[in-house]
Amino acid sequence: MKTRNQWPIYLLLVFCSILFITPFLFALSSSLKKLDAVYAYPPTLLPVPPQWSNYEKAVTSLPFGQFLMNSVFLTLACVAGQLVTGALVAYSFARLRWPGRDVMFLVLLSTMMLPGQVTMIPTFILWTHLRDFTGMDWVGTFKPLIVPSFLGGAPIFIFLMRQFFKGIPVELEEAARIDGCSTFEIFWRIVLPLSRPVLTTVAVLSFIGHWHDFMGPLIYLDRVETYTLQLGLRMFQTVNGGFTHYLMAASMLVLLPVLVLFFVAQRQLVQGISLTGIKG
Amino acid sequence: MTRRAKREALEGILFASPWLIGFVFFTAGPMIASFLLSFTRWNGITPLHELKWIGAENYVKLLTTDHSFAKAFRNTAFYAVVAVPLGLATALSLALMLNQRVRGLAAFRTIFYLPSVVSGVATSMLWLWLFNPSFGGVNWVLHLLRLPEPGWLTDESTALWVFILMSVWGVGNTMLITLAGLQEVPTHLYEAAALDGASTLSRFRHVTLPMLSPTLFFNLVMGIIGSFQVFTSAYVMTGGGPNEATLFYVLYLYQKAFEQFQMGYASALAWILFAVVLALTLLVFRSSRLWVYYEGELSS
Repeated sequence: MKTRNQWPIYLLLVFCSILFITPFLFALSSSLKKLDAVYAYPPTLLPVPPQWSNYEKAVTSLPFGQFLMNSVFLTLACVAGQLVTGALVAYSFARLRWPGRDVMFLVLLSTMMLPGQVTMIPTFILWTHLRDFTGMDWVGTFKPLIVPSFLGGAPIFIFLMRQFFKGIPVELEEAARIDGCSTFEIFWRIVLPLSRPVLTTVAVLSFIGHWHDFMGPLIYLDRVETYTLQLGLRMFQTVNGGFTHYLMAASMLVLLPVLVLFFVAQRQLVQGISLTGIKG
Repeated sequence: MTRRAKREALEGILFASPWLIGFVFFTAGPMIASFLLSFTRWNGITPLHELKWIGAENYVKLLTTDHSFAKAFRNTAFYAVVAVPLGLATALSLALMLNQRVRGLAAFRTIFYLPSVVSGVATSMLWLWLFNPSFGGVNWVLHLLRLPEPGWLTDESTALWVFILMSVWGVGNTMLITLAGLQEVPTHLYEAAALDGASTLSRFRHVTLPMLSPTLFFNLVMGIIGSFQVFTSAYVMTGGGPNEATLFYVLYLYQKAFEQFQMGYASALAWILFAVVLALTLLVFRSSRLWVYYEGELSS
């Protein structure tokens, strides 16, 4: 295995890398061109000189600042709910004995395979009609998008955390119990601090998932002031569709936060994804 | 039960209660409701007494006269049949190459993984522009190579292929899971096989594949479920066109529910989707006994 000539593998890997990276580079190049250069034939590879003002135009033609704030708020709220309630639930499944626990755990696992579309319509109707009982609006606000994250969130993340908690030596918790700690104190002061790796992984994965969510906001948000970046970008497409250079600039800006997060937290991401498969 | 056990049970249920409540109100309840709704005609907005029971009419109409449903089903099935195996094969090939102790592993892994992280509206925009038949990069390269230049998303016969290629591009998650699976294969198995004089190919066939089969199985199940849920890219890139050539199942469901407000009809669509995904998943689970090897299965 070690002495074999590896150059064909490198050649293939480099070729595939170029294929995978090209869509980004093509869009980046388009985002920095003048409009006539975008629609020039044959196309030019590099934008000379780069039109940085495209980005300014893209940001100012729609309230992108507002969209960004909405996306950040919504995403962070969902991540917070996922971490806190998801970890509580996961700890219960990992360590506490209660009647029906193992059956409910199987139920939890099987809901991972349930397509969200099956529950989507009644859930929407529920939020719509909740107005009649509570006297306040639910649809059109962030609440329908946030509340599920505070009810345990995605089952896959509960599962990941449960697996991690089970791997923590139980002696630590037993010792704390003898010292008079309550279950919640054990969870909060012993288990959570030891679980930084899995919590980071879940935070990052959940952030990316909510940041990209399109269908949820599309269904529940109807006023432009409440739009997320994804909805804003879609609106930009329908308004400024012909101005490809602005559209590409706006797209690159929407991608940017995730790209940054990706490079900062790559290790956690890779570990997290790998875990989802191995235990599956 | 002792007092301590009782207390633990109470705390356990309390800790799990967010999910238990969520399960009742956002999974179990809606599942039953959506099943009942599928036998009704209702727009979901007007008061409940305007809901009309119509028996199996929605299902009959879907399966007999709704041509858009047939089209959406065929499109999605075709997409699944091509994109899932192609994605698995690509993921496996990339993972196998990366597992050869190559230099620059981290860099390559980053590049292959990146596209699957940035899915969403923005990447759909990228692909829409990349496959623009007149000004996009793809046809320009094809032109330079003197190959035919298809109309891609504007042409009924090629439009679905753009989505298939896009799904292969986003195969990074699957690749990472496969790579992790490959790294779990104990090296002593390869060493033993090498001592026995096994060729590279037979080592792959008799060591790698069996040891990797649980991972491949997981990816297959997830791939099938995912391929039936394409929405954002279709909504943004084509809206289902041209002539319903890219009308994906969930896109059609969305149009029925949230553009035409036929909640009963859309619920029937949702339950057919659920039945199909469930049947396929069970089929894969059943067949897994034939081809998935679990370590320790023989000894235990």
